[in-house]
Amino acid sequence: MKKKTGGATAVEKILARASGNEFVRAGDVVEPRVDLAMSHENAALVINQFKEIFEGTGRVAKPWDPSRIAIIFDHRVPAESAKTATNQKKVRAFVAEHGITKFHDVRGDVGGICHQILPERGYVQPGMVVVGTDSHTTSHGALGAFAFGIGATEMASAWALGVALNIEVPRTIRVRVTGRFGKHVGPKDLILHLIGILSAQGANFRVLEFTGETIANLSTSGRLVLCNMSVEAGATAGIVPGDAETVRYLREEAGFTGPIDLVTSDPNATYERTVEIDVSALEPVVACPHTVDNVKPVSAVAGKSVQQVVIGSCTNGRLEDLAEAAAIVRGKHVAEGTRMLVFPASAKIWAEALKLGYLSDFMAAGAVVMNAGCGPCLGVHEGALGDGEAAISTTNRNFKGRMGNPGAEVYLSSPAVAAASALTGVITDPRKES
Amino acid sequence: MARAKKSETAKPRKLESTRVILSLGDDVSTDLIYPGRFMATVLPTETPALAFADHPAFQALVKAKSIPKGAVIAGGENFGCGSSREQAASCLKGLDVVVVARSFARIFLQNAINLGLKVVTAPGFAADEGDEIVFEGGGVENRTKRTAFDIVPLPRARQSIIDAGGLIAFTRTRLMAKA
Ligand code: SF4
Repeated sequence: MKKKTGGATAVEKILARASGNEFVRAGDVVEPRVDLAMSHENAALVINQFKEIFEGTGRVAKPWDPSRIAIIFDHRVPAESAKTATNQKKVRAFVAEHGITKFHDVRGDVGGICHQILPERGYVQPGMVVVGTDSHTTSHGALGAFAFGIGATEMASAWALGVALNIEVPRTIRVRVTGRFGKHVGPKDLILHLIGILSAQGANFRVLEFTGETIANLSTSGRLVLCNMSVEAGATAGIVPGDAETVRYLREEAGFTGPIDLVTSDPNATYERTVEIDVSALEPVVACPHTVDNVKPVSAVAGKSVQQVVIGSCTNGRLEDLAEAAAIVRGKHVAEGTRMLVFPASAKIWAEALKLGYLSDFMAAGAVVMNAGCGPCLGVHEGALGDGEAAISTTNRNFKGRMGNPGAEVYLSSPAVAAASALTGVITDPRKES
Repeated sequence: MARAKKSETAKPRKLESTRVILSLGDDVSTDLIYPGRFMATVLPTETPALAFADHPAFQALVKAKSIPKGAVIAGGENFGCGSSREQAASCLKGLDVVVVARSFARIFLQNAINLGLKVVTAPGFAADEGDEIVFEGGGVENRTKRTAFDIVPLPRARQSIIDAGGLIAFTRTRLMAKA
């Protein structure tokens, strides 16, 4: 081990503790214990790999700690095919066999997208090591955890051993954010702007740590947007080290009553570099086809016609997002020739949006409100695009074929830009619409 | 436990002369490699048929079973970005191809190593379909274009997994070592 010099980042502290070291530094290889291991429908593949590990060993295939496994059905709910339904059935049997309690089935009370369920239920706390068989597992850094995406075989290994094998402690890029967001400008614009600066691989193998007064004042909902999309710059993880807002969220919204241990970065921690962003001057931005780093101010693409508008996903399907979009479409109508689809990120959000009248605002405007889940985001079972069509969406990826058709285009934006565009049928600056 | 056999992943130099069957640009996403609509298909025996499902020319080769063992898929920067779906690695592993790219996205690279898909990082690498490729020592040579590129070693943190012949074997060994 190297000599301890200088301070440590939050991620270095989390990994040191989880691997039983006094301290670790970027570049060290560690084996952190896993505090939470999340999968969705792809648990079906994890189960296959998990069983294969035990084959011929004479040992019983039992997960190391079922209470630390979370499985949430969200990608294809309700099942779009017999194949998915059969996979889900297989996962249910595994869940029952091993007594996995953090299981969220296709339900209108406790269902939803994995990256919303984990924070919402208080499953993630500051200082945890979270792995998930989903690239947007980076989301959970918003609660001050070190959270990263892995493949199914790696998850099977974690289920067997309870550790993440051979993890190289990543270097950290600090993103210091100052200033106040203007009207209809928010965290989605900030993260798209940052990805535009860094490029789609600019943070490969790095952690993005968000700091500064703007972040301190940002809700957990907004922080989730930043950490969720950190992976679109290639980052292993995004993190907002836990603070007063994290405690507020866990206590008041997630109903978490256990102890909370905030892990923060030392002032003299080593960062690879610091990116400074003043959001006061930020405009609404849009990521243009077919890469997330193809970011332009909304003014540069305003007027482009769109046949579909999507509000939702693990990025922007939370109550704040629905509130902003509903306020824009309230009393107005979705343009002729444009379809507007709304899919809240969880059943809990769905119910709240119903109570607050957002869902009737959407429906009266002509939008289709769908069940909580991933919906059209990954182009699997609903809301596919036709040949040559374009969509503007609050989701996080615009890769060719992402929304089900390689012959279509996806633009990514904030809920405000998407909602304003639904009313006009063309990409629209929300500051001009209202 | 007997010593696990070495994976070929660690030694691209052992490969003989081969050809590029598919050449792609930067940011090849896992959506392109293995479209989301096939995510319910998980078996490594079934995923190869769906590799680059929306790429008609490549699909024709897959259907005709005319992809030679060790053929090269050439990529630019950030190959395998996006979704963590392991099918993107398992489908290519099943076709027994080698992916040579200027750089790889983290999760895809790890999935490849975990499953034993051969991946080679060669900054600056460029090749067109049909080009002849040779792996030699620490480098990769494009014989057709008369260009050569250095190979960046795989992350050292993952070497023990490569040496074990993949993550299943590695985890099994670790499991058996536990009391
Ligand atoms: S909403 Fe989209 S990005 Fe988020 S978990 Fe679902 S498929 Fe993935």
